[in-house]
Amino acid sequence: MKRVIKSLVFIGLFLLLAFPALANDTIKIGFNIPMTGDIPKVGEMSKQSAEMLKADINGAGGLEVGGKKYMLEFIYEDNEAKAESAVTTALKLITKDEIIAMIGPNSSKQAVPAGQIADDNGVVMVTPWSTNPDTTFDRPWVFRAAFLDPFQGPVAVNYAVKTFGAKTAAVLYDLSNDYSKGLAEIFKAEFEKKMGAGTVKAFESHGTKDQDFSAQLTKIIATKPDFIFVPDNYNQVALIVPQSRQLGFKGEFMGSDSWGSSELITLCGEACYGLSFSTHYAASGATGATKEFIDRFSAKYGATPDDVAALTWDATRVVLLAIQNAGKITGKLKKDRKAVRKGMEAISSFDGITGSMKFDEQGDPVKCAVVVKITDTGEFAFKESVCP
Amino acid sequence: MLESLIQNIINALQWGSFYALIALGYTLVYGVLTLINFAHGDVFMVGAYIAFFVATFCLTVLGLPGWVALILVIPLTMILTSLVGVTLERIAYRPLRKKGAHRLYVVITALMCGLILEHANLAILGASRKAFPVLIEVQVYNIGGVTFTNLKIAVIVTAFLSFLFLHWVVTKTRIGMAMRAISYDKFAVPLMGIPLDQIIVVTFILGSGFAGLAGLLFAMSYPVLEPYMGALIGWKAFIAAVVGGIGDIRGAFIGGFLLGAVEIMVVAFFPSTFRDLISFSVLLAILTWKPTGLFGIAQTTKI
Repeated sequence: MKRVIKSLVFIGLFLLLAFPALANDTIKIGFNIPMTGDIPKVGEMSKQSAEMLKADINGAGGLEVGGKKYMLEFIYEDNEAKAESAVTTALKLITKDEIIAMIGPNSSKQAVPAGQIADDNGVVMVTPWSTNPDTTFDRPWVFRAAFLDPFQGPVAVNYAVKTFGAKTAAVLYDLSNDYSKGLAEIFKAEFEKKMGAGTVKAFESHGTKDQDFSAQLTKIIATKPDFIFVPDNYNQVALIVPQSRQLGFKGEFMGSDSWGSSELITLCGEACYGLSFSTHYAASGATGATKEFIDRFSAKYGATPDDVAALTWDATRVVLLAIQNAGKITGKLKKDRKAVRKGMEAISSFDGITGSMKFDEQGDPVKCAVVVKITDTGEFAFKESVCP
Repeated sequence: MLESLIQNIINALQWGSFYALIALGYTLVYGVLTLINFAHGDVFMVGAYIAFFVATFCLTVLGLPGWVALILVIPLTMILTSLVGVTLERIAYRPLRKKGAHRLYVVITALMCGLILEHANLAILGASRKAFPVLIEVQVYNIGGVTFTNLKIAVIVTAFLSFLFLHWVVTKTRIGMAMRAISYDKFAVPLMGIPLDQIIVVTFILGSGFAGLAGLLFAMSYPVLEPYMGALIGWKAFIAAVVGGIGDIRGAFIGGFLLGAVEIMVVAFFPSTFRDLISFSVLLAILTWKPTGLFGIAQTTKI
């Protein structure tokens, strides 16, 4: 009996020692993305983009860290586009899957709460798409690949004033979405600063699951604004724009980067043609590495990559660079995670396909935004680029 | 000011129509079985998807013009959706009823059926939304600053016609009499030679059929479909039915329009941030004042 116990203990010890050794040859990165829920296209594009990158690197024998090649393992977890699920997903990836760094969540609604988890647990998190300042604010472990709403807001204001000749505006936003609410408030402050107090004629909200916006739109239309700013997800935009036309609104719309999904055109159709929104990159008219990425992505998946696909590509490459900067993988999770954090700091500037970026002390990149206009064939055409 | 008031009344009538149509289904089933069929909101969602598939089939495979397709889509959607409702009754509720399970367990079963419908949809069709095809061209009319569309008018008229039809069925026909009899005494009725199960099936056919009709109209008015679209509107329609007095056809109808009107008018006159807070406080006040709802009677003699 004693011998059996002894040998069991030995086997157990051996397994304990052996497992990190096995895991040593792979690097695990977790993806906290919305594959179901309100914005499934965002998660799908993120995953496709990451898969393409993984195939590139693993196809070349793996990622070289400190003279040794490691295979990449990407773990995709669905956060259902919900704040609560993003938190549990982050915890699962960090504690159960033992990832070395986390990509995502994509929208601020999930990235703000999940960022707290990553920061508390000492795991580097890079969100590709979140633009709300709170995501990275005072969180040394959290970074992002996108620009910030305090930058995006003025871009939208300036474009509308210049292009539409707008003197008054109205805002319709999603009350329960951190991103939408934050951007709506920034927009209002910026527009009134530029055009005078009271020029934002109406400031209306709705809930995430709402399908009827007739009351809000009636109220907005009664104030006769020159244009309506709608920092909403594409699925809501596809309902808001046609409903406003049915209520007799003939003015312009201005959108934000959450419009930037090809699904907007599928759902909204011709009603959305001719509208403009600010975003991270424009697929049509791209050059260099960006064009190469777009061509390869389109060839592989048969669809033009949305901004979230390009940003996921950049975010993942930033993390891989940080891992390489870390110098070596020890197999001790806590130590490696810390090394990756140091590696992030060592990145002085990064040339991504959504533009070059430098990280400031909050972990936010300094980069340019573009404004695109939806053409009469449903393409997102480049209009102008605005740099900080 | 007057224009936007009239505009909001039209908005409220359209939005209330959907609540009313869904609430009618809740109230029919409750009236007969005293069962709160929580899967009803999801039956509505399934109705919208059925309408989507039938419409797409008619337009692309058969190549029919929009209005011909619509004439086919209306009955087909209603029939197919009522089949879903009857199937639920047959495989989920009836076995429990036969075993004499307490009402509570049937309600929980109904909740689960709703979740099964949602997640089955999610699993089979995926999470991406569907864009409902255009069946009839939406015409926008503008009279003195008030705008409305042919679709809005059609929705409101359909809701009124559905109410009149169901009210006629329940009060004037033999089936309606049997329904009322069952709600009065479930045990004595079979002794009188009334086929209990068949009457219940008819109730589910009526309720689900009109949920399917509501799904079709909803998909035409708000042409973005997703698996969870029925959950929230289903809950709210249930609240509407309770406020109107659940079990009473008139109550469901008035309750639906009341909830629609309260929601729209709160947004029209208060900051939209307070919409749900104020509208549900109003409904709570109504229930405190009249706990059985506007048309409810504190007896089992309902419908």
